[in-house]
Amino acid sequence: MTYFIIIISAIFVNNIVLSQFLGICPFLGVSKKISTGIGMTGAVTFVMVIATIVTYFIQEFILEKFGITYLQTISFILVIAALVQLVEIVLKKVSPPLYQALGVFLPLITTNCAILGVAIMTVSRDYNLIEAVIFSASSAVGFGLALITFAGIREQLDLVNVPKGMQGAPIALVVAGLLAMAFMGFAGLV
Amino acid sequence: MNQWKNFSKGFFKDNPVFVMLLGMCPTLGVTSSAINGLGMGLATTFVLVMSNIVVALVKDFIPEKVRIPSFIVIIASFVTVVEMVMQAYLPALFEALGLFIPLIVVNCLVLGRAEAFASKNTLGSSVVDGLGMGLGFSMALTMLGAVRELFGSGKIFGLSLFSESYGMLIFVLAPGAFIALGYLTAFINKVRKA
Repeated sequence: MTYFIIIISAIFVNNIVLSQFLGICPFLGVSKKISTGIGMTGAVTFVMVIATIVTYFIQEFILEKFGITYLQTISFILVIAALVQLVEIVLKKVSPPLYQALGVFLPLITTNCAILGVAIMTVSRDYNLIEAVIFSASSAVGFGLALITFAGIREQLDLVNVPKGMQGAPIALVVAGLLAMAFMGFAGLV
Repeated sequence: MNQWKNFSKGFFKDNPVFVMLLGMCPTLGVTSSAINGLGMGLATTFVLVMSNIVVALVKDFIPEKVRIPSFIVIIASFVTVVEMVMQAYLPALFEALGLFIPLIVVNCLVLGRAEAFASKNTLGSSVVDGLGMGLGFSMALTMLGAVRELFGSGKIFGLSLFSESYGMLIFVLAPGAFIALGYLTAFINKVRKA
């Protein structure tokens, strides 16, 4: 039951993009087409789950054991940066088709605050390993849901006549606001 | 280079929030009130100036290939400093900003200035650039925070202007952040071009 609550909460109620404001840069940057949105979601899911598992072990067995939790920010971001590089190299070798699909998005992920944010949240909420995996995976699903829905709306938005001053970023932000309002309907679900 | 131009570009011409759309996560996440926006802006300014200084000083010693990880370590060190100082002296602000303080590390504005400016320019210009960009960022966050606070609860910096019961709660909540920033961006762009 706890797992179920974690999943629903991470995907809908506390959606990582629309209510936690993490990962806004890719949310606004790569949401012009649905296909790129799907690619980005795949890459984020992949890295987010692995990064959360690795940072979980680092927190548990290195930082807490030696009482150096103040090094959390530095160690986590370094691990994530190295991990992204590693994933890129491994994918290139092991699965060229997957690398083709996710490749361009991987370098962008180091500075995606959703990855670091989820890693820190996992630690600060004292999740165990299974909960951490479930939480990170469903956060990634929530990110994908928001990103792909938003990309779909923006594809439609290209066809309408937007007032001159609102073109580009302003109209995208207002649309994102309306989408966030729709997601607020899930509040109180868990 | 003209230092005044270098300083002032962060406010209007190349404002990090309204024009370059950098650092959107903290911009939207912490601006439920003007004071939170200002606090976040100043914390980011500190990190930005300090990392610009260090990057400008060590740029000749860092091999090209590992420059991004090195910049991230430099930035992360200053973020840790900010985190500890704030926790010790401003615990209320520390609580309010929460997760977004460690996330200054991945603020694309900070890394962006280190990579695009400080790694190519002299120490003096880098300090001025960091100050200008940081204060421009603070200005944008404070403006957004003030707008949301005013419409949401009828206050600015905690000073009550009209009764809270007339406030529109939506501006304090998540959707209001996007909508307020959207209209504010449109407004600033209009002013900038005029």
